[in-house]
Amino acid sequence: MKKKRFIIVLLVFFLNFNHVFSTEPDVFVQSTVNRASTILGDSISKEKKIEKLKSIASETVDIKGIGYYTLGSYRKTLNDKQKKTYNELFNNYFLISFASRLAEYTNPEIDVFDKEILNENYTIVNSLLKATNERPEIKIDWRVYTKSPENPLIRDLIIEGLSLARTQKEEFSSILNSNDGDINALFQVLKDFSN
Amino acid sequence: MYKKIIIILFTTLALIVNVNAGSDGELLLKKNEPSKVKDCFEKINRGTFAFNQALDGLIFKPVSGVYKKLPSPIKTGVSNSLNNLSNLVTIPNNVLQGDLSLAGINTGRLLINTTIGILGIFDVAQLLGIVEYEKEDYGQSLAKAGVGPGCYIVLPVLGPSTARDTVASLGNFMGGDPWYNITVRNDTQYVNDIDYYTSRVTAGVDFRAKNYDSIENLEKNSLDFYASVKSLYLQDRQQKILNSKKIINTQDDSDWEEIQD
Repeated sequence: MKKKRFIIVLLVFFLNFNHVFSTEPDVFVQSTVNRASTILGDSISKEKKIEKLKSIASETVDIKGIGYYTLGSYRKTLNDKQKKTYNELFNNYFLISFASRLAEYTNPEIDVFDKEILNENYTIVNSLLKATNERPEIKIDWRVYTKSPENPLIRDLIIEGLSLARTQKEEFSSILNSNDGDINALFQVLKDFSN
Repeated sequence: MYKKIIIILFTTLALIVNVNAGSDGELLLKKNEPSKVKDCFEKINRGTFAFNQALDGLIFKPVSGVYKKLPSPIKTGVSNSLNNLSNLVTIPNNVLQGDLSLAGINTGRLLINTTIGILGIFDVAQLLGIVEYEKEDYGQSLAKAGVGPGCYIVLPVLGPSTARDTVASLGNFMGGDPWYNITVRNDTQYVNDIDYYTSRVTAGVDFRAKNYDSIENLEKNSLDFYASVKSLYLQDRQQKILNSKKIINTQDDSDWEEIQD
């Protein structure tokens, strides 16, 4: 009888294990935003802020996933070596661009207020960037990739309905189209940006 | 004779049905998909874009830089009165899109804000809890009627547009904008063309000031600023036509589904 009960307790524990260690996407976004906000409010140099923001982005953003999404159909034409080069270049570009965009803000206040589960892989988290004297309130939605519930990752920022990933995808597509689809031209542009 | 009338009625009905089919959300989404809008005149567009950037650097950026430093109540008042004026174009477009109840609500908003709100400076209607204001224009009405965007165009001074939206905006100058009618077309005792052009320039400065940091940031971090602006403009038009800010309504998720690791 005792043994049976023990097995049931163990079973219940393991069934709930995944749930216990999963992170709710809205809690994840709010905590990420709070971490970034604390750094932006710190009285440290802009360079140090950028380095710290880069480290947060590396942990919380699916940079590789965004990179592949951004390439669109060109992704399928790359060989393994080109994929490796692209992943490295995109990672550098993304971190520099992301951190320097954020570093312009001082102590932004973002409140997460809702979420919408699209499917088991994606949840959209809704938040508001509070207004200041210089700019109005801004609605920011976060596309969170939830395939691993214990390790959610941000895949897109949607500002007032405008997707940053989608904008970047069309930007990359424009560069590739104006260079006859030559991936090396995109590599060069990414290298130039990072330098 | 009867036969002719029946044929005309039948043809009209078929056309209406076709127009209604074109108004379907999914079709609207596909027709106005940003990546599908062709940049037929890219070289000319890029040239005009460079000209607009130079103009922005010379006039709009410095002026909006000063404007954004004004106290918030002044900027809010200017923004409110410009929104109030835009109602004059929004209301006929609510009617054209068959949204008569919204046309009624916006007419009420215009009356309240113009009178109690002192020429629209105060958004009294919002304080009274009237639904959030959404601007509508003739381009959106044509899109709702099933007309596709055509080629992407960059207009001198005015900026990004599409063939459909450019043609539709001509409606404003052909009697579709009561504010233009009473200022430029028919010079009245109280308002004249200077008032119209001042309101247009102020709207441009107000927009630039509201997006001052975002534009600077985007320009600094873009690999191709022209392509970024084009994408953002077309995404914005798509969500305005669909009257939705929800990304799930304006973006095809299948692209994301392919990327699973």
